[in-house]
Amino acid sequence: MAVHRFANPARFLRIARVATPIVFALGMILTGAALYIGLFASPPDYQQGESVRIMYVHVPAAWLGSGGYFSLALASAGWLIWRHPLAAVAARAIAPAGAVFTAICLISGSLWGKPTWGTYWVWDGRLTSMLVLLFLYIGYIALSAAEGERAGERKGAAILALVGVINLPIIKYSVEWWNTLHQGPSLKLTGSSIAPEMLTPLLMSLAGFTLLFAAIVLMRMRAMLAEARVEARSRRLAEATA
Amino acid sequence: MKAKTQRLYLVVGALVALGGAGVLALSTLGDTATYFYSPSDLAAKGLPDAAIRLGGMVEQGSLVRQGQTVRFVVTDFAKTYPVTYTGILPDLFREGQGVIAEGRIDRAAGVFHAETILAKHDEKYMPPEVTKSLKAAKPAVGQVL
Repeated sequence: MAVHRFANPARFLRIARVATPIVFALGMILTGAALYIGLFASPPDYQQGESVRIMYVHVPAAWLGSGGYFSLALASAGWLIWRHPLAAVAARAIAPAGAVFTAICLISGSLWGKPTWGTYWVWDGRLTSMLVLLFLYIGYIALSAAEGERAGERKGAAILALVGVINLPIIKYSVEWWNTLHQGPSLKLTGSSIAPEMLTPLLMSLAGFTLLFAAIVLMRMRAMLAEARVEARSRRLAEATA
Repeated sequence: MKAKTQRLYLVVGALVALGGAGVLALSTLGDTATYFYSPSDLAAKGLPDAAIRLGGMVEQGSLVRQGQTVRFVVTDFAKTYPVTYTGILPDLFREGQGVIAEGRIDRAAGVFHAETILAKHDEKYMPPEVTKSLKAAKPAVGQVL
């Protein structure tokens, strides 16, 4: 199976050492350009005026919050079913990054809601399901840390990650299933309802933040693997001197 | 069967069961998860006495201001309902745009007394110049800027 080739930690580290700075640099350049265009060089909205610029941070944060959770669930499945050690490391590396982007999405959305809707927060389907996503991340992080402390296999955390996947379609379709204050989707596979001069920086921002997310996950995975190596080495050292 | 395959079936089976449970739960949740009722909902389900949220579009030409008090008609293009509100309106509140009014129905007067007004915008984003040129080309496009 082809996935096995990347499940080898030594090979992963060789690739990640080269890939991490490249992905990070590309992400920084793309995000920087996207934010410059989005915040300064793109037009205001015909209804919302300047506050529409929050979109260039809010939408990528929402995408990475939910997309990050999907990758967390995939990695957890890889650990539960195939026992790939790298999948376990990946899941733990993804969780805090996804949680932070979910929080950025909630905070930027709240700040956007006040000038447009007239409120920081309502308990409608979209906002509530996004808050549940943040709680799922926090639950995963806490459970995984607790299981790790008792030298467990973190199976409970992996199962929690898989169970939480049910929230992803709820987030996506909340604005279609129920009446919500949050508007329907602007970006669809069939097209978008965003003017081209605003869509371009938004897509750049989506790509840029996604690369940054990948770079953060790669950095965290490398650090965790290095940490595990140091622990194993000092354990061997302690045994040898004992 | 290899342990790996067994675990795969177990996880897939569990996810399918979970998905089924989720669908059942969501279908039971149904309307109670809705954030607001449309004028058609009010017409179909009768008028509750409790505080509710009424949402839809502010009908074109229906907005009347009397000092701090505004009157307007909420429409979902099938049914309409008149609303009164006293207070500060959100910036995006305007005719032809979405609105959610929180308050109670006054049965006797047939009016919805709103205590809070939220503006709901649609999923379209475009620069002001585009709408101006749209209006110049087709004056019937009644967006109030």
